[in-house]
Amino acid sequence: MANKLLLLGDEAIALGALDAGISGIYAYPGTPSTEITEFVQNSKSARERNVHCTWSSNEKTAMEAALGMSYAGKRAMVCMKHVGLNVAADPFINSAITGANGGLIVVSADDPSMHSSQNEQDSRFYGKFALVPILEPSNQQEAYDMVHYGFDFSEKYKIPVLLRITTRMAHSRSGVARIECREENDLHMPSDLRQFVLLPAIARKRYKELLGSHQHFIEESEISPFNTYYEGTDKSLGILVAGIALNYLKENYPGGKVPHPVLKIGQYPLPRKLVEKLLGECEEILIIEDGYPMIEEMIQGYIPCGKKIRGRFDGTIPRTGELNPNILARALGLTDTMGLPVPDLMVNRPPQLCAGCPHIDSYKALNEVMEELTKGRVFSDIGCYTLGALWPYEAINSCVDMGASITMAKGAADAGLVPAIAVIGDSTFTHSGITGLLDAVNDKSPLTVIILDNETTGMTGGQDSAAHGRLESICKGIGVEEEHIRVLKPLKKYHEENVKILKEEIAYLGVSVVIPRRECIVTVDKRMRQKFK
Amino acid sequence: MKKDIILAGVGGQGIISIASVIGYAALQEKMFLKQSEVHGMSQRGGDVMSNLRISHDEIASDLIPYGQADLIISVEPLESLRYLEYLSPGHGWLVTNTTPFNNIPNYPELEKVMAELNKLPHHIALDADLLAKEAGSARSANMVILGAASPFLGLAYEKFEDAIRFIFRSKGDAVIGKNLDALKLGRDFADKNI
Repeated sequence: MANKLLLLGDEAIALGALDAGISGIYAYPGTPSTEITEFVQNSKSARERNVHCTWSSNEKTAMEAALGMSYAGKRAMVCMKHVGLNVAADPFINSAITGANGGLIVVSADDPSMHSSQNEQDSRFYGKFALVPILEPSNQQEAYDMVHYGFDFSEKYKIPVLLRITTRMAHSRSGVARIECREENDLHMPSDLRQFVLLPAIARKRYKELLGSHQHFIEESEISPFNTYYEGTDKSLGILVAGIALNYLKENYPGGKVPHPVLKIGQYPLPRKLVEKLLGECEEILIIEDGYPMIEEMIQGYIPCGKKIRGRFDGTIPRTGELNPNILARALGLTDTMGLPVPDLMVNRPPQLCAGCPHIDSYKALNEVMEELTKGRVFSDIGCYTLGALWPYEAINSCVDMGASITMAKGAADAGLVPAIAVIGDSTFTHSGITGLLDAVNDKSPLTVIILDNETTGMTGGQDSAAHGRLESICKGIGVEEEHIRVLKPLKKYHEENVKILKEEIAYLGVSVVIPRRECIVTVDKRMRQKFK
Repeated sequence: MKKDIILAGVGGQGIISIASVIGYAALQEKMFLKQSEVHGMSQRGGDVMSNLRISHDEIASDLIPYGQADLIISVEPLESLRYLEYLSPGHGWLVTNTTPFNNIPNYPELEKVMAELNKLPHHIALDADLLAKEAGSARSANMVILGAASPFLGLAYEKFEDAIRFIFRSKGDAVIGKNLDALKLGRDFADKNI
């Protein structure tokens, strides 16, 4: 362990990317993926090499920029949380058709059990949908190694590779040994300059080529160092285990020695021959995967083996939520362990807005204005301010996806819910709010958009906000009338004045924008500590 | 030697610093380590916990199984009880601060929380905030707690001192000194109360 670095999974991926010779990393912050890009941003060698690492406005722009870097022949990585891949889905799916030139790895970080997310969707389905290879590490060392392997694979087959991790992999630390660093690629054009032109005639040809490559991907999976068949003597049960679930399986047997045959999957498409071997020699099959039962669904209809397949579908493993060693103990019929009961007096302690947070003053003002109206008119968005849904504010009525506050408020206003209010953060506004505001302006919707400008991307730890200092000019440029763009200072001493301005703009039957602006208390604190260190 | 440790507290109370000190000390002993952290939304004043596993043998799972933790180390009394299901009923120890962090409207009565703690066969409860102030550094309550937990971690006390010197090396001798004092006050309390 002494010669190893103690790294988060996210950090192992970032270091792997730097060592494998990336020329750029593109991302929008999102838990649990944020630390990948931050590691590159804080890396001295990345600075010396001038590796691109500033934040993108959203995951779609990030994915496209990474694809452009690949077009130019250099290695690129793009990182996002699982729901970010929804935003980037259009370029992601199409990048499988265009293929890559320089190596291209797309990292998507899933969040089973929704520690910090609005769903627990499984990014492997996107990889399968796009027909690209997927890598899924079981530990931090594999995460590092897979980045090297993934770039080789990407350049060998001219295909983007999806690296799928989960929160536990992203935010767990373990020892990682580095391997030899590689030079960055030189600038070089794609050999066919029509490769990236997805006109139907070209796209049809490229799609056939992708389908042709798929057979090679399966062959690669059969011999992949990340797909391992462990022989076992007790063949009453065969275990197919993916990614980090391997660790929970091993935890249940002394020394990690599982008596049953085990096929560990770290690379997709599934290695067909290895799967057939497991199905052939075992009486029953248990499938263990963090996320959705994707492999289980594939195996059910894969080979009509007539054998009992156990997993999330038959209730052997719970249908939702993150795996852990105890769930596996029960699935394997082993002795489960449990500590002491939690006393009845236990209460929840949900996260909340920090003391001194500007959003507190904004919500207090908004709540006072809304008291005169019926409840249920405030559409909100993804960020720290989503905590305004909880006690003591209970100020907002929706949180769906990045940017949905403005467009949902517009739709509700179209339906006759007037006034309708949208509450969105400055970074979320630049991520996906601008186009929605344009829709509202074009329709002259009776709508008030409150852009809570804390001058940072707060929830993920204070990353740069894309339109810092330009929010008013963006709104004006889209066509919001200048006299209906109002800036407030969310402080207790201005409460009465802020209430008055909000009332005026909510009464206006067109598009108005109110911008409460005060820096995030956490970034102020960080800045002051740096200053007086 | 293998120790499975649950670290508990409220977001922002510094449980990651405790994990860093233990982790550094374990790595100097050439032990394996796995540590699972909480980032993101919960850090905003919500309950947070971290799984820290150190062992001379390779470690499989990033998560500690329920009922198998050797130790719960908590910087807040209510939070120490939240993870009792992880604690080994036979030999597990619970070490906690008694100063509550009250940021919720329905925080239970402190006497009742303490009564639940006192039911546990193996526990150490100490006012780490008070002891930290005695050490001249109110911010070092987490190091007081670490000191109180140090007898149960299977590593020599000096290893934690070395780790503090390393982890806080950029902060100057005064900060190191205060943290070492805090560690000692916690250790002394534990030695008298085991």
